[in-house]
Amino acid sequence: MSDTQTAEPVLKIEGLSIAYEPGRYAVKDVSATVKRNSITAIMGPSGCGKSTLLRAMNRMHELYPNIETRGDILLDGQSIFSMSVIELRRKVGMVFQRPNPFPNMTIYENVVAGYSLNDIRLKKNQRDEIVENALRNVTLWDEVKEFLYRKGTFLSGGQQQRLCVARAIAFNPEVLLLDEPTSALDPIATSKIEDLLGELKKQYTIVLVTHNMSQAARISDDSMFMYLGELVEAGRTETLFTTPKDARTEAYLTGKFG
Amino acid sequence: MNSAMDNLLTDNIKRRNRTNTRLKYIIIAGAVITVVPIFLIVGNLALKGYRQINLAFFTEPAPDTFQAMMAAASGEVIPGGIVNGLIGSLLMVLVASLVSIPLGLMTGIYLYENGTKRYANFIRSLTEILQGVPSIILGIIAYLWVVKNITRGYSALAGSTALTIMMLPLIIRSTEETMKMIPVTIREAAFALGAPYYKMIIKVLIPVSFSGLATGVLLALSRILGETAPLMLTALGNPSVSLDLTKPVSAVPLLIWDFYNDPNMVNLVWSASLFLMIFVLSMNLLSRSIASKHKYI
Repeated sequence: MSDTQTAEPVLKIEGLSIAYEPGRYAVKDVSATVKRNSITAIMGPSGCGKSTLLRAMNRMHELYPNIETRGDILLDGQSIFSMSVIELRRKVGMVFQRPNPFPNMTIYENVVAGYSLNDIRLKKNQRDEIVENALRNVTLWDEVKEFLYRKGTFLSGGQQQRLCVARAIAFNPEVLLLDEPTSALDPIATSKIEDLLGELKKQYTIVLVTHNMSQAARISDDSMFMYLGELVEAGRTETLFTTPKDARTEAYLTGKFG
Repeated sequence: MNSAMDNLLTDNIKRRNRTNTRLKYIIIAGAVITVVPIFLIVGNLALKGYRQINLAFFTEPAPDTFQAMMAAASGEVIPGGIVNGLIGSLLMVLVASLVSIPLGLMTGIYLYENGTKRYANFIRSLTEILQGVPSIILGIIAYLWVVKNITRGYSALAGSTALTIMMLPLIIRSTEETMKMIPVTIREAAFALGAPYYKMIIKVLIPVSFSGLATGVLLALSRILGETAPLMLTALGNPSVSLDLTKPVSAVPLLIWDFYNDPNMVNLVWSASLFLMIFVLSMNLLSRSIASKHKYI
């Protein structure tokens, strides 16, 4: 992969503001870029708008009623607000804070749920291949290959979360959004997910919301720091952690608030 | 001093333990008192009704009073059965289900999806009111609408109409309550995969809540199976088997009422009641087994 390709932004956020009710902004005039095949961490104290920003990247924030969105987000140069949500969410997958496999579906069905929920019919061997690849990619294959036809909720929390990652990447998205994916997991399951993300960034672009600073420092290439809906600072993770430009970033990183 | 304090404490603990034990027995006694009538009911019905339950009971329509009198005089089992009532009940319940299950599920999902919106609240209140309407009044309404104006005479359709109105609020409530238990994150997971709204409902919401939905429907069914009052004003009763929706039909509870009013057929009251009781009971058991087998939430 050439350098120009790595440097080209996948997502370009332009002057994005989001209000849940008129005048009350959760995200205020944020402009930022997300680079291809990298992990971008969005950090900040609770209620700073980091989850809202992440959800805006595949328009999940529109599920809330009376939402007001201004500004734009470009995916490969095209405004996501001009795409159909179905197309957008195929390109931008999402993993949530709590593992949420579909409880009525088997492990196998969960992985291909993106296809079945969109009425994309596949042949049995295509499906088998997608399931095996996705589960191998999240290092879950060896643990579950014997139980593919058991319910997804039969797995442990950490395994369920990896299953949810598998479900998101089975669609082969460009971008993978993760909303505090390890906050409900124990340290071992957390480190497995972190290792996994390091591997996955070779194929996908990853945006991760975390309020765990050491996690951001461990695995991300770029970081954004948000405070009260504003993007205070963004840049290479090393730079941001060692020489923050803004006093608020420094205060947060040194544990003065948050 | 210290030992006096100790004694006081030991006494206190002893007293509390005694109170504990007493309360435990009171609770157990309460539970037993509740259960006893159920066993008495089933036992009584079984003892008095078992003799009449034979093949004819399920294959032949109700006897006339003369046949019953002859049999009673010679000490034999009363001939005939309840097939006219059984078929009539099943017919009316089937028609009522065909209307009320889809309509009830859709309304329940609508209420769940639109939670606190004004129109949803209005519908929800109406549903609650409907649930409280005495069944005889629904019978009178079905009489006015269907018997007077549509079938121009007593009919199975009129009976089904009354039963449909009875089932609707039960299904709507149970659907909404079941859906409320589904975590929001499951819905979000479906939307995040690009699923359109209707797919999320059909492939996620309904299957995930299947056990609750099925239980609600079965309980509604067992509730209306025993309804008598509204059927008296609508289905009226019919001595023979009929599948014509525009004609009067019989029903098991209607037959019980008929048997009760005929001194020669008293024995059949017990058999028909036993049958209805077992039928409703097995519906409940079925709903339980479905609930435990398909429980996801």
